[in-house]
Amino acid sequence: MQLSTKHLLGIKDLQASDIQTILDTATQFKEVLQRPIKKVPTLRDVTIVNLFYENSTRTRISFELAEKRLSADTINFTATGSSVSKGESLLDTVNNILSMKVDMVVMRHSASGAPHFLAKHIPAAIVNAGDGINEHPTQALLDAFSIREKFGSLEGKKCAIIGDIMHSRVALSNIYLLKKMGAEVMVAGPPTLIPVHIREAFDIRVEYNLRKALEWCDVANVLRIQLERQNQVLFSSLREYNLAYGINRKMLDSLPKEIVIMHPGPINRGVELDSDVADSKQSLILQQVENGVAVRMAVLYLLAAKQPIFNP
Amino acid sequence: MKTILTEEQLDITILRLCHQLLENRLEFDDLVIVGIQPRGIFFSDRVVTQINQQISPKKITYGKLDITFYRDDVRQGLHTLNQTDIPFSIENKSVILVDDVLYTGRTVRAAMDALLAFGRPAKVELCVLIDRRFSREVPIQADYAGKSIDTIITQKVKVLWKERDGKEEVVLL
Repeated sequence: MQLSTKHLLGIKDLQASDIQTILDTATQFKEVLQRPIKKVPTLRDVTIVNLFYENSTRTRISFELAEKRLSADTINFTATGSSVSKGESLLDTVNNILSMKVDMVVMRHSASGAPHFLAKHIPAAIVNAGDGINEHPTQALLDAFSIREKFGSLEGKKCAIIGDIMHSRVALSNIYLLKKMGAEVMVAGPPTLIPVHIREAFDIRVEYNLRKALEWCDVANVLRIQLERQNQVLFSSLREYNLAYGINRKMLDSLPKEIVIMHPGPINRGVELDSDVADSKQSLILQQVENGVAVRMAVLYLLAAKQPIFNP
Repeated sequence: MKTILTEEQLDITILRLCHQLLENRLEFDDLVIVGIQPRGIFFSDRVVTQINQQISPKKITYGKLDITFYRDDVRQGLHTLNQTDIPFSIENKSVILVDDVLYTGRTVRAAMDALLAFGRPAKVELCVLIDRRFSREVPIQADYAGKSIDTIITQKVKVLWKERDGKEEVVLL
């Protein structure tokens, strides 16, 4: 019951047994969250900084709540309103925070590889909360937890990741995780939003027709169109995207079996998902958010135990 | 290796402990039995089965508690997690904590902390199968003890159960 890694930088670095350990631990934390008092004193000697260089609602609140439920002390740092605007570098910023005796860093950054860079230079444990278009490991873990909760296991499950694969760190983390846990993976979306060699690189299915993807899968993990990362015209308009790749009630009802809809949020309603799909009982979206806290508690707990105890 | 309790003695001891638990109370509506994971639950399973036979048709409330998150050495190495199963409130109930061996007392200290997350009990008592005397590190004593023994720190008390180990006895290693 030990992780093989000191940091959680990406699913890529994890072994299948690590993923299993995290998901099993999260099950116990989910039980803690059902108690009348949803807080355990486990990490009361740990200080965690949430370093967010990029906007976030769910992930930041979820991490903060997970830290508080574990009784850790937390500091929140957002790039706006800090000395980053005065030109302080990432490493300087973090080293200054660490000199105040912080044990763990949860970080989100718009540059891919930023947490990997930090991991080489600082002693604290780092949890990647999303780096550029690289990975978002805790999102993939909570997606896996939600699928496992619904179906009992990931093995052999058919999971389609639909939408903007190119700019999505959620997609990459999910592909790594699902492959490691023995699920079948498909990516689907417009050809312009799917990297060219992804089929060979990961040994997964690629489908450009939404209907065929939905007919194949048990779980459809629908991604957000990342408008903030589009700097060239990859599809003509949101309306056209919705017509070709938006999932609506009528389409779901015409499928041969009932599939499960997931979405990492925030949803562009009326673009990738219609409201009557997002809010239906086929959707696991709110369970995903609920499970996020338990999964992040598990990650923090498992990594904290690998940390030397500062100031003994 | 020295046998402390044989299978027969173990049965008699458990029966005696159950009678002691029962003779101290007139009503069982408020009685809650909580076994401490992972090893205490084999013992608490027996206690609950036995008590339910004695006071049927009344059924007592039974839960299982994992104390890992409340340990004082939680950061000195990872501990295997077990399931906590207390789907009821213990507010104003009379709780009996059940564990197999009472040694340093630290587990029970953690268990009392963990218990408070499920409500404020009217009373908490401790029932153990084996009490290792004179080795406490915190001021905690058992209200009901199957057998008290004197041991030194290098010795180990092992409780074997049919369900898990194939045979049933208590030994000193």
